[in-house]
Amino acid sequence: MKYQDEFRDRHVVLGLAARIREHVAGRTEPMTFMEVCGTHTMSIYQYGLRTLLPPQVRLISGPGCPVCVTPNEYLDRAVALCRLPDVIVATFGDMVRVPGSTSSLQEERARGADIRIVYSPLDAVAIAARNPEKRVVFLGVGFETTAPAIGGSILAAKKQGLANYFVLAAHKTMPKPMGVLSADPELKIDGYICPAHVSTITGPEIYRFLAEEFHIPCVITGFEPADVMQGVEMLVRQVVAGESRVETQYSRVVRPEGNRKAQEVIREVFTPCDAPWRGIGVIPGSGLRIADAYAVFDAEKAIPVAVEETREHAGCLCGEILKGKAAPTDCPLFGGACTPESPVGACMVSSEGTCAAAYKYGQ
Amino acid sequence: MCLGVPMQVVSVGDGDIVAEIDGVRKEASLMLLDEEVKEGDFVIVHAGFAISRLDEEEAQETLRLMREVFKPEDMA
Ligand code: SF4
Ligand code: SF4
Repeated sequence: MKYQDEFRDRHVVLGLAARIREHVAGRTEPMTFMEVCGTHTMSIYQYGLRTLLPPQVRLISGPGCPVCVTPNEYLDRAVALCRLPDVIVATFGDMVRVPGSTSSLQEERARGADIRIVYSPLDAVAIAARNPEKRVVFLGVGFETTAPAIGGSILAAKKQGLANYFVLAAHKTMPKPMGVLSADPELKIDGYICPAHVSTITGPEIYRFLAEEFHIPCVITGFEPADVMQGVEMLVRQVVAGESRVETQYSRVVRPEGNRKAQEVIREVFTPCDAPWRGIGVIPGSGLRIADAYAVFDAEKAIPVAVEETREHAGCLCGEILKGKAAPTDCPLFGGACTPESPVGACMVSSEGTCAAAYKYGQ
Repeated sequence: MCLGVPMQVVSVGDGDIVAEIDGVRKEASLMLLDEEVKEGDFVIVHAGFAISRLDEEEAQETLRLMREVFKPEDMA
């Protein structure tokens, strides 16, 4: 793509870094910015952006990846479902390798379960249409970006009159956990690098309470290295000026009103609910369940199954990492017992997970 | 997971498009897009759905602002 390269231009990134150094020159007090999106985490590690920042500016990673924040009990239910003889589980690739309490979908697949990795939930609907004697369960995990796509798949299945397509929904929405983290005195977050594609759907308004109630500057930032640097520069400027506003760096994609059509699909198919976050616990109103009008597509309601008791992995620090309180290297398992090839915790599985990024790109 | 990829629209069909990046072509649904797209436009595609159009003017404007801060002595 023609301007993609320019957003990766090293000179631009270095110019922005120099501007950041100018802004903070003479300041002794550090500022901490959290990125809540795993794709930002990846970009920060991949392009070594931390090394370009002055010591006063610290970046920490938050609960950025839906795969990482999905707790074991969800995986345990998915495992139980895939053991049913007439069930096909369809999912995005990352979920397959996340360890549940005692098994993972990958292990179940090795034992013969029918698990299909798809690129789009519409592919899962197509599998259901081709396999009328089977029940197809799609693992509906994701934030505001993914929820409309999965809602769209339910609408498509309804339109096609399919009675064998189901979604095991564990969608989560971003602003609530950001509120929880903002209130945490241990973290002292001075600014948020807000997720790019979540914001594409929602628009900037969802972060306003963070700027107004918690006085934390928020900048919706794109994923290229120059985007992230400019996002940090905009945050630094606000902090230095003592301001807290929601700004959009990623204006080439994010509109002030967000994507109304996608918002409409979310409202139609889902209802807000309380949701459990790995590491953070249950956050009221932070999830999306399937609305009653679409209950026939809800795997949890439509396919009852016994689920094993949930167990956490001994020694795994994922919970603290997702809250920004620990770095991957703080975990005794990092790089030893836990690697991307044989992950112990979720943060090492998803390519957007903080531990996976730290392992792949080093510090 | 919700990594959206910028792709260029190759053709517009009835409710979907074919889009291309780095020579790879994929179909994407227009069900979630609230903007008009035409051949040649760039869109962000996520999980089989086009979710936003990429605004070239805004992209150029962002780059212009970035260039403003860019100083020759930093170009190490
Ligand atoms: S799922 Fe979306 S919000 Fe989460 S890490 Fe991936 S790109 Fe970011
Ligand atoms: S290194 Fe592995 S076990 Fe430790 S926190 Fe990261 S994912 Fe969890």
